[in-house]
Amino acid sequence: MDLSKASFFGFKRENGRVGVRNHVLILPVDDLSNAAAQAVENNVKGALAIPHPYGRLQFGADLDLHFRTLIGAGCNPNVAAVVVICIEDTWAKKVADGIRATGKPVAHFGIEQHGDHDTIMRASKAAKEYVQWASELRREERPLKDLWVSTKCGESDTTSGCGANPTVGNAFDKMYPLGVTMVFGETTELTGGEHLVAARCRNDEVRKKFQFMFDRYQQVVERHKTSDLMDSQPTKGNIEGGLTTIEEKALGNIQKIGRKCVVDGVLDKAEVPNGPGLWFMDSSSAAAEMVTLCAAAGFVVHLFPTGQGNVIGNPILPVIKLSANPRTVRTMSEHIDVDVSGLLRKELSPDQAGDKLLECMFKTANGRLTAAEALGHREFVLTRLYESA
Amino acid sequence: MIHFVVHEEGDGVGVVVVEGIKAGQPLRGWIMEDDKDLEVTAKSDIPIGHKVALKDYKAGDTVIKYGVDIGKVVKPIGRGEHLHVHNVKTKRW
Repeated sequence: MDLSKASFFGFKRENGRVGVRNHVLILPVDDLSNAAAQAVENNVKGALAIPHPYGRLQFGADLDLHFRTLIGAGCNPNVAAVVVICIEDTWAKKVADGIRATGKPVAHFGIEQHGDHDTIMRASKAAKEYVQWASELRREERPLKDLWVSTKCGESDTTSGCGANPTVGNAFDKMYPLGVTMVFGETTELTGGEHLVAARCRNDEVRKKFQFMFDRYQQVVERHKTSDLMDSQPTKGNIEGGLTTIEEKALGNIQKIGRKCVVDGVLDKAEVPNGPGLWFMDSSSAAAEMVTLCAAAGFVVHLFPTGQGNVIGNPILPVIKLSANPRTVRTMSEHIDVDVSGLLRKELSPDQAGDKLLECMFKTANGRLTAAEALGHREFVLTRLYESA
Repeated sequence: MIHFVVHEEGDGVGVVVVEGIKAGQPLRGWIMEDDKDLEVTAKSDIPIGHKVALKDYKAGDTVIKYGVDIGKVVKPIGRGEHLHVHNVKTKRW
């Protein structure tokens, strides 16, 4: 596929970024605000609440990450406008101000001194105005380079490494020269292949930063492990699917970054890249956590290869699933957007498989719902670094 | 029909890509990177996605896949046998 003139139809936001969805987000800052956020979602058709279980008594780097993730989710160009609700007004304002920097409409509400009923009423009125305003926004044609694309695989098996992951790699190799902004991560899931990623880094500075992030996560594993992690990494599903060791899983995982892309930079969790190219983001390998961090970092479409059949979706970031496992494609067809099982029967070349994925990516960017969106998968999962105070 | 695939020449394992492989069955393999064929006879029942050994291994040997070390052999494995967590372990963690 020649991508040199490729374009898609997206929503250009106030800060110049381009989204492929047009959500009005109802964003609770903490667990206590979920009920009000969900009530607003119920009152206003087209509003999207993203409940989560955290936000109280976090501190230090863990609290910073909490704010960075929530503000990042609100800033994502797939979001047109945001209603922030928090038990405390000052933190509602802090998150709202962070999102307001993009120029998009934001309203915030604190529950204390008002109660749920009054908060829900006022927040619902704001959400209704935003939903009607957003419904008038129109898509416009934008060049491919305006699309930010993330990837992470899940419930991988051996077919991931020889089929679905190299298909993402093929698509990444085709998009990279066009100046698309792309990201991969899953820090522990590079174990055994970290030297291959280090060798792909743009320069020594990037390599040093990558190695620092990798070593830091290894120290977390070493500090807390009670075994060789054979119940967790690889997962039981990975082992059921034929993956034997973390090294084998990692080598399959790395296929997603193709053969030509260079790792141009390294991001901390939920950090927003400041230029085009391929970025590594330090992140958990748990699917919903990683995809949520990608949404918070501003990515607008996600390529998700699966072997055994992970069913994940995300409320903000459309998740396109592809699989090369013929059994998964047969038994879980409602979850699979792109079937690349023909690769393993020599019926599909890697180049054709990459094009098939790109075609689905353009359709999704233009507005077609993914399987996960149609099925209502909205896994919004915050990464925690340690205990609350 | 392709029963198993191998990433590249020199790898010591193949990945079974069809369902229902039984012991005694002759298997046809495809080396993807080099586009070559090879054959091996299954010595175990091997589920889809699981690996078949392409050589004889003794305990302590290293298993190579993608041209890279993926772990150590902890029990002897014969060519054609099922290679997985019961006879191979990680060298990390």
